[in-house]
Amino acid sequence: MYWQKELECLPGSDLKKLQLQRLQRTLKRVGTNVPFYRNRFQKLKLDPNKVNSLDDIRRFPFTLKQDLRDNYPYGLFAVPLRDVVRVHSSSGTTGMATVVGYSKNDIVNWSDLVARILCGAGVTPDDVIQIAFGYGLFTGGFGLHYGAERLGASVIPISAGNTKRQIQIMQDFKTTALVCTPSYALKMADVMMDMGINPNGMSLRYGLFGAEPWSEAMRIEINERLGIRATDNYGLSEVMGPGVAGECHECNGLHVNEDHFYVEILDPKTLEPVAPGEVGELVITTLTKEAFPVIRYRTRDLTRFLPEPCPCGRTFVRMGRMMGRSDDMLIIKGVNVFPTQIEAVLFEIEGTEPHYRLIVERENNEDKLTVQVEVVESMFFDQMKKQRALVDTIKKRMASELGIGVQIKLVEERSLERFNGKGDRVIDKRKL
Amino acid sequence: MLVEQIAVFLENKSGRLAEITSTLAKNTINIRALSVADTADFGILRLIVDKVEDAKTVLKENGFTVGITNVIAVEVADKTGGLASVLQCIQQAEINVEYMYAFVNKTGENAVLIFRFDKMEEAIKALQKDNYVILSRDTICSL
Repeated sequence: MYWQKELECLPGSDLKKLQLQRLQRTLKRVGTNVPFYRNRFQKLKLDPNKVNSLDDIRRFPFTLKQDLRDNYPYGLFAVPLRDVVRVHSSSGTTGMATVVGYSKNDIVNWSDLVARILCGAGVTPDDVIQIAFGYGLFTGGFGLHYGAERLGASVIPISAGNTKRQIQIMQDFKTTALVCTPSYALKMADVMMDMGINPNGMSLRYGLFGAEPWSEAMRIEINERLGIRATDNYGLSEVMGPGVAGECHECNGLHVNEDHFYVEILDPKTLEPVAPGEVGELVITTLTKEAFPVIRYRTRDLTRFLPEPCPCGRTFVRMGRMMGRSDDMLIIKGVNVFPTQIEAVLFEIEGTEPHYRLIVERENNEDKLTVQVEVVESMFFDQMKKQRALVDTIKKRMASELGIGVQIKLVEERSLERFNGKGDRVIDKRKL
Repeated sequence: MLVEQIAVFLENKSGRLAEITSTLAKNTINIRALSVADTADFGILRLIVDKVEDAKTVLKENGFTVGITNVIAVEVADKTGGLASVLQCIQQAEINVEYMYAFVNKTGENAVLIFRFDKMEEAIKALQKDNYVILSRDTICSL
């Protein structure tokens, strides 16, 4: 199912032509209307009128989160405020908040792009869609809401939180599609169990999850426990919000809406393109945004291209699920450690989605990583010998996967916090 | 011949044992015997109770990780050498004890030994051959 078939299945050469046209227009517009870009282009002697191929983008400088903060609130807007119909802002949990704006056309495009992702996941106008993302300055709630209305589905704008009420409404209103973070979907499954509700007795069929990195293991668990088909979608407020990319029913990578975004995957250290299929940092240039275009925005999200064509017929390139953030990367004893690596080892041993927390400390000038793991039935033994052997197995597997030694601390089930939104599983106590 | 034992994962933090026992008490589950094995970080609580399934359900509901395992309960006279003779029989059959604990029954005449062996079936055969009294699940529950 497509929303805009002629665009989503545009032949590669036509897509490249369209991207180049739109890139040229975007560069000209920001070079004229946004002092930040104009000054930079002038300093680097870059002429937006002399961009003749998509590769020319690589001569242009990156835009960083800090640039957005430095131009708080409206400094990077490319249209006068009177043409802005909506403003969103990112939370600012890691620093000062950033502000983004949308013109009327931006909202129309955004709605269409989200509708494409909903369609790709299998949602139709007959579906009842429960949006459990926060409504407000966060782009998740409103982004999905407008897309779902654009598609013609019935929207339940329940927003985030109050899990029991979510489940009650899901049951009473016969929700068929759920939108939230993947960890919240698992929390819902937990609470349903507590409430004695069997998810298979519900109408729920689809789950569209995003706003945090997750794993294939987690997808399998969500699918099994909620009896649905879970798809991944991706977006970030600095670029637009949800709708940048999403999985089709093949559930094998996220199609980037390439007619609206030009994406690169670069080595975070060298900033050169990685070899096809290799992991790197996603860098995005908007091609149609009017109010808030960004040029080569460094997302800090790690992913890779899946270069093979998708059986669904969409020509848009697919990327693998987000594998964490380049700034989530922990450097422990000088070694790069990604929380996703730890998650993978635990999944392999437990057979279910692990609940864990990482504590990083520095003792006597030496880094120490402790992994707290909730003990589930499949990894609990009545024999101390076996229980300790399990701890040793985890330690050994971690050491070979990460290249550093770790401490393992088994903790009781449900004793670690469940995350709703962009949660942080890492507690770094090092004072450097 | 086998008796079901409840095992509970315990983090070493204060009050957890009290929570488990009061949860069982609230649900009128009687503890026959218990043992705690612990390391610096965590512990394993093993319980023989009168209502195994109920105990598992209420403990799970209260967020504990629970497992049920089979153990062997041997009744011996509560006098010097009672345990020693059982262990000798087991050793001769080349069976190892994974863990064990014991309690004295109400009459005070007999002791009940709870065993987990590495070879459970062979242990039963060896004990039976030497005419030891192996208690059934029903007997344990009604003690």
